Amino acid sequence: MDLFLAASVNGLIMGLVYALVSLGLGLIWGVMDVVNFAHAEYMMLAMYATFFAGGWLHLDPFGALPLVALLGFAAGVGTYVVLIRRIVGASMVTQIFATFGLLFFLRYLAFAVFGPDFRGITWPLAGGSIEIAGVPVSTAKALAASAALVTYAGLHMFLQYTKTGKALQAAAQNPVAALALGIEVDRMYALAWGLSIATAAVAGNFLLPFYQVSPTVADAFLLITFASVVLGGFGSLLGPLVGGVAIGLIEGIAGTLISPTFKLFFVFAVFLLVLFLRPAGLLGAAQR
Amino acid sequence: MQRHRVTRRGFLKLSGVAALAAGGWRAGPASAQAEEIKIGALYPLTGSLARVGANMKKAVDLAVEIINAPHPELAPLTLAASSGLPRLGGRRIRLVWADAKDPATARAEAERLIDEEKVVALMGCYASAFTATASLAAETRGVPFVNPESSSPTLTKRDFKWFFRTGPHDGIFTAMFYKMFADLKTQGRRIGKIAILSENTEFGASATRVEEEMGKSEGYQLVAREMYTSPPASLDAELTRIRASAPDALIANGYLIDAVTTIRTLKTMGYFPPALVAQDSGYVLPDYVKDTGKDGDYIISRASWALGLGVRKPLVRKVNDVYRSRYNEDMDETNARSFTGLLALADAINRGGGTGPTLILQGLLTTNIPGGETIMPWQGIKFDKDGQNMYAIGVMVQLLGGQYKVVWPFDLAETAVVWPAPAWANR
Repeated sequence: MDLFLAASVNGLIMGLVYALVSLGLGLIWGVMDVVNFAHAEYMMLAMYATFFAGGWLHLDPFGALPLVALLGFAAGVGTYVVLIRRIVGASMVTQIFATFGLLFFLRYLAFAVFGPDFRGITWPLAGGSIEIAGVPVSTAKALAASAALVTYAGLHMFLQYTKTGKALQAAAQNPVAALALGIEVDRMYALAWGLSIATAAVAGNFLLPFYQVSPTVADAFLLITFASVVLGGFGSLLGPLVGGVAIGLIEGIAGTLISPTFKLFFVFAVFLLVLFLRPAGLLGAAQR
Repeated sequence: MQRHRVTRRGFLKLSGVAALAAGGWRAGPASAQAEEIKIGALYPLTGSLARVGANMKKAVDLAVEIINAPHPELAPLTLAASSGLPRLGGRRIRLVWADAKDPATARAEAERLIDEEKVVALMGCYASAFTATASLAAETRGVPFVNPESSSPTLTKRDFKWFFRTGPHDGIFTAMFYKMFADLKTQGRRIGKIAILSENTEFGASATRVEEEMGKSEGYQLVAREMYTSPPASLDAELTRIRASAPDALIANGYLIDAVTTIRTLKTMGYFPPALVAQDSGYVLPDYVKDTGKDGDYIISRASWALGLGVRKPLVRKVNDVYRSRYNEDMDETNARSFTGLLALADAINRGGGTGPTLILQGLLTTNIPGGETIMPWQGIKFDKDGQNMYAIGVMVQLLGGQYKVVWPFDLAETAVVWPAPAWANR
């Protein structure tokens, strides 16, 4: 029972971290039906940004957060303008190759600029551990999990209660009608990319205190983020949250109680089961 | 008169030619003596292994210089005191470098060095996969190949005639763990339950297999074996299970990011096994020490070599001083092996008495260098029927205060091993 509790708490925390990494991926997917394979690479770049903000500007991850998020937003808008705008409405294959190419471009750019070394920081504030339901949890991970909740809440409020947020939803639901109503769909798409990559940047910022960055760091998260979005359901902001937490819990509980070697097996067994029973994901509408 | 003068001039000419010819005759053997012995050095000089390749080049270059010029201050190091190879009339060694950056290039370059550069022997190539292909080229052409660094046990299990390995392989390293455990048990420590935490590719999987088999045959109980895919997003589940199994020692096979994640997770859990024993890799890198800070202390790892050997073996320090004065850094556990490998090859050429392949082979087969003439923690260099140095072994080091200290074998130890490691609260 004690083992079960520890596994659940650790799984929940990691699940929230996965949810934070997946959020922006789900957003782009929901808004414009584009799969951004390079999403986790932006998280990697944000980890470097946080690392160098610490080295050059002496900012801890809290201090670096606004800067890193802003850089992420700018990178998202820039990516949209330079690359994505050209493939809106193109075939699925074209879109996949474009963002897959972007993945390799960013990864090998990082190799060229930063080299293959691993870089990490020590953040005294997050170095210890706190107890959740009697289970010790790394402070750094708890902070990342809290950041996930705050980011989700913030994005939810923005989409529900601001005019721009509602316009973004309109552009997502029906671009033609939105255009007819005077919503600049192109700008909304650019905004969606900015927000998406900004959330990836927030994830990278909070990941660095407990995970070292290298050009291939995204590999640890790539598969899980896609699974989170698909499992949670397309087109719903809460989808990646539910999906991420579900994966964290399955991985933690099945991994601890049965065998960690096969934790991804359990995750994807459940994943396939859900797709079989609810093809649109846990929260997805049956028909799009 | 005229005839006489002509004849005399002719005589002078003739005698001049004769003198030159005689001089030439004398110069013949002399220049043959001075002719350098070409050895092919195959190492990764570009690509992802370029950095470690550059370090090995430094050490091998230094070894050649020590052989070629007299260095009596480095006695009793093999061939240090003399100038060149004494049994070959003082002939000097020259290295021909080639870039072995992947298995295919390694083989192609080995062929080029043998066929075009006419090297008399080859050495290299660090990565086991490169050594495997390059040595194949040497084997088919009947040219001796000395490998100082590769650790895949299969390399010396191929029934090759021309292949020799001076350094230890993974099986020897793992056997070392259990020898240390046995020594510690005689000191009264209780070691019965072993857990293994390992990444699941070739490195981790094959290490785990050997650790498990040897552990069982030595009578240890394997209480947990947790494999993960590196880089792991988290090791919570793995380490929670390992804690629940309460091992006396945790053996870890992991890369840098795995090692740092392991230590951070253990600290969060407020748990540390009595001993964490690692197959070097992620646990012996400078970045590990930097990223974990003092939390990284008390891990124990294998190492092929450590500067701390100099405490009990002054030659280590003397050679490192020369290295340091040249390159402004210390030797490392990898290039100390490269350095020693070249000395062993040169010693074999010297004792073989010539540069023909069979003479060198004879030299290698009869190699018997005492440990005191090397900078390694070995009893010596002597090849078994597979071409493996039967005395090759490593040391166990423990990270204490951010420094890797030799703790085993006990007769070479710088300091006593801390086992069990202190609880987090008492650090």
